[in-house]
Amino acid sequence: MSSLSRDEVAKLAALARIEMSEAELVSLSSQFGSILDAVARVQELNLDGVKATSHPQPLENIFREDVVLPSLTPDQALSGAPAQEDQRFRVPQILGEAE
Amino acid sequence: MIKNTAAQMSSALEKGETTSVELTKIHLDRIADVDQKVKAFLHVDGESALKQAAAVDADRASGKKLGPLAGIPLALKDVLAQEGVPTTAGSKILQGWKPPYDSTVVAKLKAAGVVILGKTNMDEFAMGSSTENSGYGPTFNPWDLTRTPGGSSGGSAAAVSAFEAPLAIGSDTGGSIRQPAALTGIVGVRPTYGAVSRYGLIAYSSSLDQAGPFGRTVLDTAMLHAVIAGHDPKDATSINAPVPAVVAAAKSGDVKGLKIGVIKQLQGDGYQTGVQARFSESLDILASLGAQIVQVDCPSFEYALAAYYLIAPSECSSNLARFDAMRYGLRTGEVDGASAETVMNATREAGFGREVKRRIILGTYALSSGYYDAYYGSAQKIRTLIIEDYKKAFTQADVLVSPTSPITAFKIGEKSEDPIAMYLADVATIPVNLAGICGMSLPAGLADEDNLPVGFQIMAPAMQDQRLYQVGAALEAALVSKWGGHLISKAPALGGAR
Repeated sequence: MSSLSRDEVAKLAALARIEMSEAELVSLSSQFGSILDAVARVQELNLDGVKATSHPQPLENIFREDVVLPSLTPDQALSGAPAQEDQRFRVPQILGEAE
Repeated sequence: MIKNTAAQMSSALEKGETTSVELTKIHLDRIADVDQKVKAFLHVDGESALKQAAAVDADRASGKKLGPLAGIPLALKDVLAQEGVPTTAGSKILQGWKPPYDSTVVAKLKAAGVVILGKTNMDEFAMGSSTENSGYGPTFNPWDLTRTPGGSSGGSAAAVSAFEAPLAIGSDTGGSIRQPAALTGIVGVRPTYGAVSRYGLIAYSSSLDQAGPFGRTVLDTAMLHAVIAGHDPKDATSINAPVPAVVAAAKSGDVKGLKIGVIKQLQGDGYQTGVQARFSESLDILASLGAQIVQVDCPSFEYALAAYYLIAPSECSSNLARFDAMRYGLRTGEVDGASAETVMNATREAGFGREVKRRIILGTYALSSGYYDAYYGSAQKIRTLIIEDYKKAFTQADVLVSPTSPITAFKIGEKSEDPIAMYLADVATIPVNLAGICGMSLPAGLADEDNLPVGFQIMAPAMQDQRLYQVGAALEAALVSKWGGHLISKAPALGGAR
């Protein structure tokens, strides 16, 4: 039986940039055992020598001619911005006070 | 008129027996009558739909050459960007967002003169199998309003089965077109991966996502497929090859001499009695039409569900990182002195629903160092085995078949507290996505025990989508003649005034 503690869920939530409530951390932790058991079935087979597939198609770089094509105007690009200033996205403080 | 097929509406338009404005009006009226019960739509844009319709009518009057779907109304899954129209992917984090551009699917629909009625409800970011995970409340199955229409494209499926639109667009990452089509008694196709451009399709799991058509008949679905498919330089995974002749195949429907493979692993335990019964009956019909039925073995399919619930969450944990409260969508927690990271954390907590958070955390776990090889790495290897099983099976059969969903439509709330039970709804549809091939679900009748629709799934190799329509049309014709009409005509009336 797999499990994931409340603290492990909290660490993952921090990595995923989600500020979870205590109730959510506890609830997710209690559900994770059965979810991990279900997905851990991928480890039942001997997969030695099997190639991994990340994508259904063979992917390669695709190039185009270096010509100017129509694109969004600054106004269009900023149209969904929560805040903007001087044709730029306005964001909360990124660097700490000391930096 | 609303009960007609899109093909019939198209021919009525061509003959001048009706106009697109009239067609659009009766569908908007139908939406006004029944959508408070069905809740298929998140946003209806009647004014803009009527404007599009009037433009098509004017083009027709001026003698302009129009495509077969010009003037036909359609419901669009809210996962596709439409310029200036609210697009949320069923998430609160995108509430109020109006894209500044059209997805390629929308651009193609507009170019073909298709009239977009509005945006349909869905599980948030297409994560779910019941449409209950929408940030805006569930959609209800028109066959029984206490049940889910399936998901994640439940709004699109319900709109078509409730006669709110003759056609709809959905997207299918693990079965999200085929499973709701099955549960609402209509036709749904997930095209080959790369056949329909993903440009402007809000990403859940990029190696699995694919938009596709819904209709009430195989031919209608093919006509819509032909409109949205085709190479797009804006999508690097778009296949640069001619669109398979899906409409011709839907009109031919000949299966004489065709080999149809029944997948041993996609039946038996967990499949409802009535689902099995309708499936076997359809096989008998196909055999009586001259197809040869063979049994095929795909042992790795036992592991498909486990592999999917690692691969899709892993990709989603990366894809959904873009919702960062900086450039568009929700921003919250912006108290004095709050850093960008604090705002980001608070916004993602407030904007994402329970299932989305669950999958982001699962994906973050599966990709984290120390666990990557055991989880994501193993899942990718299972993916290879599934592709190989399909390759082998397609040397023994031209198409493969199974029930679409192991069960018929379930009650609202029945599985929402049990993620594993919900995930099992996709057990028969997921292998197609992992292999990047194409699949169709079409109605096979009603299950005896609950009188609810059962879906029959057909699978074909990549870029052989026409085979789905060929077999689907043959089975549909035989079933319709046996029933004396399409299955959807047996759906309850919903008490609409018209």
